[in-house]
Amino acid sequence: MPSTYVEAIREGIREEMERDANVFLLGEDIGIYGGAFKVTAGMLEQFGERRVVDTPISESAIVGAAIGASFMGLRPVAEIQFADFISCGFDQIVNYAAKCRYRWNAPAPIVVRAPCGGGIHGGPFHSQQNEAWFTHTPGLKVVLPATARDAKGLIKSAIRDNDPVIFFEHKALYRRVKDELPEGEYTVPIGKANVFREGKHISVITYSAMVHVAAEAAGRMEKEGVSVEIIDLRTLTPLDEETILASVRKTSKAIVLHEANLTGGFGGEIAARITEKAFEDLDGPVLRLAAPDTPVPYCPPLEEAYLPNADKLVEKLRWLARY
Amino acid sequence: MGQQVTVIAGNTMPAVKLQELNPEQVAESHERADLARRSLYYMALMREVEERIERRLYRQGKVVGGVYVGRGQEAIPVGSGLAARPSDMLFPSHRDLALYFIRGVAPRQVFAQYMGRAGGLTRGRDGNMHMGDLDRKLVAIISAMAASIPVAAGAAMAIKYQGRDDVAWVWFGDGATSRGDWHEGINLATVRKAPLVLICNNNQYAYSTPLSKQMACRNVADRAPGYGMPSVIVDGNDVLAVHDAAVKAAAHARAGLGPYLIECKTFRMTGHSAHDPADYVPKHLFEEWSELCPIRRMEKRILDQGWGSSAEIEEIHARIRRETDEAIEWAQNSPYPDASELLDGVYGS
Ligand SMILES: Cc1ncc(C[n+]2csc(CCOP(=O)(O)OP(=O)(O)O)c2C)c(N)n1
Ligand SMILES: [Mg+2]
Repeated sequence: MPSTYVEAIREGIREEMERDANVFLLGEDIGIYGGAFKVTAGMLEQFGERRVVDTPISESAIVGAAIGASFMGLRPVAEIQFADFISCGFDQIVNYAAKCRYRWNAPAPIVVRAPCGGGIHGGPFHSQQNEAWFTHTPGLKVVLPATARDAKGLIKSAIRDNDPVIFFEHKALYRRVKDELPEGEYTVPIGKANVFREGKHISVITYSAMVHVAAEAAGRMEKEGVSVEIIDLRTLTPLDEETILASVRKTSKAIVLHEANLTGGFGGEIAARITEKAFEDLDGPVLRLAAPDTPVPYCPPLEEAYLPNADKLVEKLRWLARY
Repeated sequence: MGQQVTVIAGNTMPAVKLQELNPEQVAESHERADLARRSLYYMALMREVEERIERRLYRQGKVVGGVYVGRGQEAIPVGSGLAARPSDMLFPSHRDLALYFIRGVAPRQVFAQYMGRAGGLTRGRDGNMHMGDLDRKLVAIISAMAASIPVAAGAAMAIKYQGRDDVAWVWFGDGATSRGDWHEGINLATVRKAPLVLICNNNQYAYSTPLSKQMACRNVADRAPGYGMPSVIVDGNDVLAVHDAAVKAAAHARAGLGPYLIECKTFRMTGHSAHDPADYVPKHLFEEWSELCPIRRMEKRILDQGWGSSAEIEEIHARIRRETDEAIEWAQNSPYPDASELLDGVYGS
């Protein structure tokens, strides 16, 4: 039976909790309610209140307490109810957790899980794709799985990782994407991109929900004779530059796609690295497709206009194919 | 539970009956009757508008996204909102819809807002009660709980700076009091003796989290002494009790004595949002609290005190149904904003 993205994350967390008694969960409404998106459903029943800690509405305390517990040898997995509210715990993440190891060689092996992304008509405060707030902070690992298989493998790696990991789960994927999960134990390494679809003419470098947008566009371009390769980055920091450059060297054209807004988005970083390191291999400019620089609007027509989609990507792919 | 009107003072003050606190507020009987009828109107209007939104428009798919209502808590925004002056600055939270009506926002604008139409206060850019209007001195919340508190503190400091005797009012839930912003904002306001009235709707839950997991003190009001601020606990399902406490709190703030906290004990007669069946709430609590419906209590009081007849009460409800029908009609005919508007308004210049 295929597992959904949300089931895969739950499974990954459960396995790690069974494997390691130091792993525990904390966050708002994660216990009896099972979390706003039910990621932790059944965890309280299985592991009890000692290991599934319902907290007050105190994001700064959630992250800070996770850091403190990690100093004591525990492996905290903190849930932020919506990635938008991670700002309320921002200082603890970017100044406390991120800088411990470098300053005084004290690792803070915490995982901060955050449901992100739009497409659910959540409006400006329940839709943000805010990974770039963290990719600019050295010391953090930033992970955004696009598939159920990766979601499980990556949450397990995140929990085992000895550095703070910000784990962005895309809300629109929770119940929409499914995979037949590998039998038995497996992990997916942090820092390793995946060639999601092989192609010859153009590389689309993307991550999170946009991988599926890219897949739809790639299917359409195939009918037009353009073969699109899709690189699913899976992790932004540390970045798997090798896989990106290898793909671009093969196809000689690249589009970077992300749901976050354009300016200061991670796409700029990828585009810069490609032009710095594979300029001679390029047969066209590195393009970016991202959301425009506005807050995420609420009403369906505005949100639709805001989000990158297959139509918009096809347009860019056609342009680049002709270049 | 707040079965009877339990007006007890916070830790810094002796327990006293509210009537004794405010003899001047025990006004002429006809003023009281007028207040009672206006309270009933706004409470019933809020109830009706939210019923339509949550139980019809949302279920019909005409409202998408998150819907949060204040069913059973209407006395709190109404009692306090009617105690505010038009020149006071209001910072509603997510179960305080009546404040918008009291400030003259039309029900049709609210329906259009919830339906994401151009006729809504945010022109479809934001949804539900995330709306404001500076001309009406109504500030839109952001989603992050308690983020309004420091902002309201700043508004109150500005009022003092400008030498006016207005007040900034801010509403929030029990859960919001766990946020650092709540504490930082209040501490700043109390240190500066800013004219800030803080109104907590303690509905005993924050999403699925009961009070016992939110705070180790018994009452939200118990937090006040730590900031050197007076507080009072009031029956949040008694609109006149809320009103009288609010009048007193505002007088305190206007007199330059600094912030004042009112904790309104109430109950969330609904899930956290429209998609939440609230299975985690023991059923008997809903049953007990439904006996304390602020609207039915007000109606009974109006009849008991001779402040109005049952015909007059029925006329209030009939008027609200008419207004609501017309408002929905109007909102449904309001167009969505055009996608070409997407990029407008990120900056002023
Ligand atoms: C900082 C922050 N964290 C989490 C949330 C998600 N959330 C929305 S409302 C809510 C509960 C609020 O409880 P309370 O303050 O008691 O207000 P009530 O809804 O009961 O009126 C939560 C956890 C949020 N909006 N903001
Ligand atoms: Mg509450």
